[in-house]
Amino acid sequence: MKYVDEFRDGDIARVLAAKIADAADRARRYAFMEFCGGHTHAIARYGLTDLLPRNVVMVHGPGCPVCVLPIGRIDNAIELALERGVTLCTYADTLRVPASRGTSLMKAKSSGADVRMVYSAADALRIAADHPEREVVFFAIGFETTTPMSALVVQQADRLGLANFSVFCNHVLTPAAIANILESPQLRKIGPVPLDGFVGPAHVSCVIGSAPYEYFAAEYAKPVVIAGFEPLDVLQAVLMLVRQVNAGRHEVENEYTRAVSREGNLTAQARIAEVFGLRRSFEWRGLGEVPYSALRINERYARFDAERRYGIVYRPVADNPACECGAILRGAKRPAECRLFASTCTPESPLGSCMVSSEGACAAHYGYGRWRDGARQAA
Amino acid sequence: MSGSRERLYARPLDLKRGRIDMGHGAGGRAMAQLVEELFVAAFDNESLRRMDDQAAFAVPGGRMVLATDSHVVTPLFFPGGDIGSLSVHGTINDVAMAGARPLHLAASFILEEGLPLAELARIVASMARAAREAGVAIVTGDTKVVERGKGDGVFITTTGVGLVPPGVEISGERAHPGDAILVSGALGEHGVAIMSLRENLEFETAIRSDSAALHDLVAAMLAAVPGIHVLRDPTRGGLATTLNEIARQARVGMRIVERSIPVKPEVAAACELLGLDPLYVANEGKLVAFCAPADAPRLLAAMRAHPLGRDAAWIGEVVEDHQRFVQMETSFGGARVVDWLAGEQLPRIC
Amino acid sequence: MCLAIPARIVNRLAGDDAVIDAGGVRKTVSLALVPEAAEGDYVIVHVGYAISRLDPREAERTLARFADLPDAQEAR
Repeated sequence: MKYVDEFRDGDIARVLAAKIADAADRARRYAFMEFCGGHTHAIARYGLTDLLPRNVVMVHGPGCPVCVLPIGRIDNAIELALERGVTLCTYADTLRVPASRGTSLMKAKSSGADVRMVYSAADALRIAADHPEREVVFFAIGFETTTPMSALVVQQADRLGLANFSVFCNHVLTPAAIANILESPQLRKIGPVPLDGFVGPAHVSCVIGSAPYEYFAAEYAKPVVIAGFEPLDVLQAVLMLVRQVNAGRHEVENEYTRAVSREGNLTAQARIAEVFGLRRSFEWRGLGEVPYSALRINERYARFDAERRYGIVYRPVADNPACECGAILRGAKRPAECRLFASTCTPESPLGSCMVSSEGACAAHYGYGRWRDGARQAA
Repeated sequence: MSGSRERLYARPLDLKRGRIDMGHGAGGRAMAQLVEELFVAAFDNESLRRMDDQAAFAVPGGRMVLATDSHVVTPLFFPGGDIGSLSVHGTINDVAMAGARPLHLAASFILEEGLPLAELARIVASMARAAREAGVAIVTGDTKVVERGKGDGVFITTTGVGLVPPGVEISGERAHPGDAILVSGALGEHGVAIMSLRENLEFETAIRSDSAALHDLVAAMLAAVPGIHVLRDPTRGGLATTLNEIARQARVGMRIVERSIPVKPEVAAACELLGLDPLYVANEGKLVAFCAPADAPRLLAAMRAHPLGRDAAWIGEVVEDHQRFVQMETSFGGARVVDWLAGEQLPRIC
Repeated sequence: MCLAIPARIVNRLAGDDAVIDAGGVRKTVSLALVPEAAEGDYVIVHVGYAISRLDPREAERTLARFADLPDAQEAR
């Protein structure tokens, strides 16, 4: 595949790995957080950990919108489908996430709820247009990459005058999450976050541009390098981060220049601004309440807001008290350091946000890396 | 009922416009006509023509294999096959994976009220063709009809018997540290072909299901290496699931090399588009084989000499590992584990 | 977070839709977020929508940077 295969060249990977090993100061440790689930996936899938020197570690951040979706919101979605009889359209990622009392959207479907997997928001809109007799709700999740699509379908529903379509909005914002990681009340318990920089998300940045990260880089004196999804992109970004740290710089650099600009996709940003407004606060599973971190549908499109239409009441559900996701999401602990990891908390029965989808730190480690834990212990 | 061909029915089945109705499952004349004019006519063999409720045959000496498979695939028709050919190939392959020569098949149908007879005729013709090409007869069967809404058009269960040649001992337990792991060809074609037709995922691709009967390939492989340890076809859950199953059965680990696993570029592209991993996507015309390392070159050559094994590849080896992990050396030289599939593989946004 | 792949616009259809080709697989997606994209352009596609155009010159530049000699400290 063009623009994919070239960025997966194993020989160049080894060249980049050598450059990183060369640049990294043996006397210190570098910890970089890759915020985006796609980067977690690339690192795991290509075994990039093996290519990095031992003193350069990657920490998996909360960049997985399914993982950070609170149980209570999934409960709401299940309620809509089972008790209110709506046709609930959702991306496949949410189907297996366990909600309260052992339920899930997939289990609700087997109990007779009309839950439908869609690949695109447009599919949900089409279902509503084709079935005026059904109440159709689109379960919208995702960071800024996925938000413009929800905005588009709301506007299209408005133009078409659809009376049976609404969106249950759970869109969350990247910069707010990064700020929360760097500065939050929980940190007083965990201690200062040992992070030296960030690998910025690829496709969120296509939409929001590189400018929004400039605040963090300056305010917290941490470099940010926006990286594409391919393994060579990730390695190059790590190299750029190591160089910045060595030089005492903390700037925003863009490795993904082929798709990301400083101002981002203005058309997408405009659509988002036309349809959504900021929530004062939103709960992130594993992080707690995060101010100005999520969106809701604004007044103009209120009739397409499922929360208002169905009078949805959010009830927070606490995670297992032994769950270490809060610390893991901030890089203060590693999955293997959580008591529950791989014993009671597994991908089949996840207890916390980090295990919920394959991009979560714990799921990625369980799926791709836990076999090393045994080897390390035995060695 | 005698085997006479005199016309018992006022009109022949309307295969163009007719539909299955509850009468076809009632055991009366309508059902008899369906069986005679559709199934028996298509499968056409001595056993069936006798119109008994069972098939009788002589049992050759030796070890017998019995296997059964139900088929519920949607859509019923897909590039490269249909539920009919799939059901014939699937059970023949289950029998063949024991190293056995398939002898006879039984086929039972659960038909949904309203299923167009034209579709059923197409499926049955496809089964007949698949069976004929494989040299295996469908010698007995059963038909039931369920009310509209209670079936996905048609469900087919096929059962097969086969004979294991003397000296052949194939079982997942026999995977041994040091064994070579071979696959017969490129992975992921069937799963991608099916997904390309699923509502909401529609994408255009030239990928066809690889559905095929593998018994002839197996016979060629056994002729070259009678001491093959393990054979299995990686259907649901793909290669990754099959390897993990064998690892668990034999209490071993495995090390495979990503670069050596054949995947066609278009299959890889379709998987990228949907966020799927080809290692977990279903195959219906491929097999995995484990053998002693000294036998591997000869086995590989025998596979490549066969039309269904042209792209066969040596992908790894069995190792000692009490944790039973299947490790993979990535195209980068790094390592990762290829774990059990967690639930159904679904396209993702994340 | 955001599974997205580069794809080539094969032809534009009515409205915002277009047929894209990714590695030989074709799909209809929406160009509503990248209305300026033209046939032959490469775009990044996420959940059925193009979110950005891919700049071929920058792609070449990035690949060249990977192969830079170690002591050629890159300018941003």
